[in-house]
Amino acid sequence: MNQSPTPTRDPAVGERGPAVALTALRRDYTVHAKADGARRRTARVIRAVDDLTLHIERGEAVGFVGANGAGKSTTIKMMTGILQPTSGDVRVLGRSPVAERRQLAREIGVVFGQRSQLWWDLPLRDSFAILGAMHRLTERERRARLDRLVAGLDLSGFLDRPVRQLSLGQRMRGEVAAALLHSPQLVILDEPTIGLDMVSKEGLRRFLTEDRAERGTTLFLTTHDMSDVERLAERIVIVDGGAVAYDGALADLRESLGAPRELILDLASPREEPLRVPPGAQCAGIEAGGIRHRIRFSGADLTVPVLLASLSEQAEIADLSLAEPAIEDLVRRISAQER
Amino acid sequence: MADRASRLDRPVGPLRMAAALYGSRIRSQASFRASFAADLAGQALLVIVEFIELWVILSQVGVFGGMTLTQVAVVYGLASLAFGLADLAFGEVEQVSSLVRSGRLETLLIRPVPLLLQLSSLDLSLRRIGRIAVGLAMYVGALLAAGFSPGAADLVLAILAPLAGAAIFSALFVAAGALQFWLIDGREFANAFTYGGNYVATTPGAVFGAPMRAFFTFVIPATLVAYTPALVLLDLPGPALLPQWTGWLGLPAAILLWTATALLWRAGVRRYTGAGG
Repeated sequence: MNQSPTPTRDPAVGERGPAVALTALRRDYTVHAKADGARRRTARVIRAVDDLTLHIERGEAVGFVGANGAGKSTTIKMMTGILQPTSGDVRVLGRSPVAERRQLAREIGVVFGQRSQLWWDLPLRDSFAILGAMHRLTERERRARLDRLVAGLDLSGFLDRPVRQLSLGQRMRGEVAAALLHSPQLVILDEPTIGLDMVSKEGLRRFLTEDRAERGTTLFLTTHDMSDVERLAERIVIVDGGAVAYDGALADLRESLGAPRELILDLASPREEPLRVPPGAQCAGIEAGGIRHRIRFSGADLTVPVLLASLSEQAEIADLSLAEPAIEDLVRRISAQER
Repeated sequence: MADRASRLDRPVGPLRMAAALYGSRIRSQASFRASFAADLAGQALLVIVEFIELWVILSQVGVFGGMTLTQVAVVYGLASLAFGLADLAFGEVEQVSSLVRSGRLETLLIRPVPLLLQLSSLDLSLRRIGRIAVGLAMYVGALLAAGFSPGAADLVLAILAPLAGAAIFSALFVAAGALQFWLIDGREFANAFTYGGNYVATTPGAVFGAPMRAFFTFVIPATLVAYTPALVLLDLPGPALLPQWTGWLGLPAAILLWTATALLWRAGVRRYTGAGG
């Protein structure tokens, strides 16, 4: 295309330079669709990624979030060399992804949460043997790394079971191990915890954090789950309409948005009048004839225990749940603020 | 101890990597023994039944495309052997469109191994050995029955022909896979060239009219897989457009076809990544 990389002589290849540098990145898809009543199909151009610029330093952990169709997956495909940008520039670990796809594949590890890269009918252990050969790891390197992964992700119980017989949680741990086997400098996780229960999620997050601390890897994560971002990333980038809508620390984001968390209380006995709440919180509604009380509060000003302590003095609480702001809500607020 | 240490630290070359990829497939199929044996027998039976069809025709007319039953069996066995070898190595490449649709192609693209090698080893179906075994037995048996008394050159051709034929069919399989980067529903269309090519290759070329014979020689070199080498091996005269010496053209045709196919494959992958064809 218009940029003609000279990969081998680029000074950014190797240890220096940013991990990811996306400059004015754009990707169009041409969709052929037949309009109602029309005879011929007409081509329509859809812009999935629109002028996206993003720099990630080595060692950073970035949560890349946005609603469905915001351009997250397309961005990942351009970063991994699966797709060529329509215009703009991508550099990942100093390389041009499409031109140097196979070299880059040795330095990055990718988990596609919705797609398996394990061998379905083979024992999990064999997938690691094949991937080790693909990445040309020596027997010693592979064993040492696999031992670490087996211990950290607790794989020992099902290493010899065929992948098709694993539960989703077991399989995802296997997928993560497969992506990390060759000790990549950059780890890209696309919805790594989708469909997992709390225990599996927690185990996965703990290991990803540990491994990153040990090896100083760069982490790039897309997710729908805000708690993934909270646990794994220090920086959050929100994409909307194919461009960056917010880029900064997660805590700042909460504050700048007024942090709309919601505590939902079910009381033991009905109470029609609102509960008295400390400053920073407000009553957002009373439902079910006074049984259910919704309290909206700011995470920056109040913690849940403080709030609970004050509320439980006034009424007996039978049940409670905590609603985190959904990514979609955050994105909507961000876009609203920009306008 | 020093031996063991050096084995552990031995760098993995491309050959060892390929061996590990193919080895994994063989292991996985060996784990379903009963179904493997059934598949193997089924494949072998298929070749035999197909041949019976030719045999029925021959029992009526005596000579088919200028060849007796034994001579037709040489062509049939040779073509089946070549097709079986190619199908074993590259038969799965024709499922490109389903890999594109399911998104599995993306997981293959993020690995540091050439795509074609991954596809080739993805689902190496050993049951195809059934076709290879029957083809080989028919080829050798029919040659002996036809009174094959080889000189040195004939012997070289007898060994070279199945390999050149396998290379021709392999290129057709890869080309059929590459076309699916453009024609996402093109599997049936592409099969016309691979399985159609096999049908032509197993039949004495003289039975086809000149236009079809020309197409399946100069565009898709199916007649060069088995028919024309058999003319040389059995010392038979060829029909128009296919004199006996064309029996030696299998290897050059395979090289030409692979060159074109490799370019087509590259262009196909580029089209997929949107890097321009």
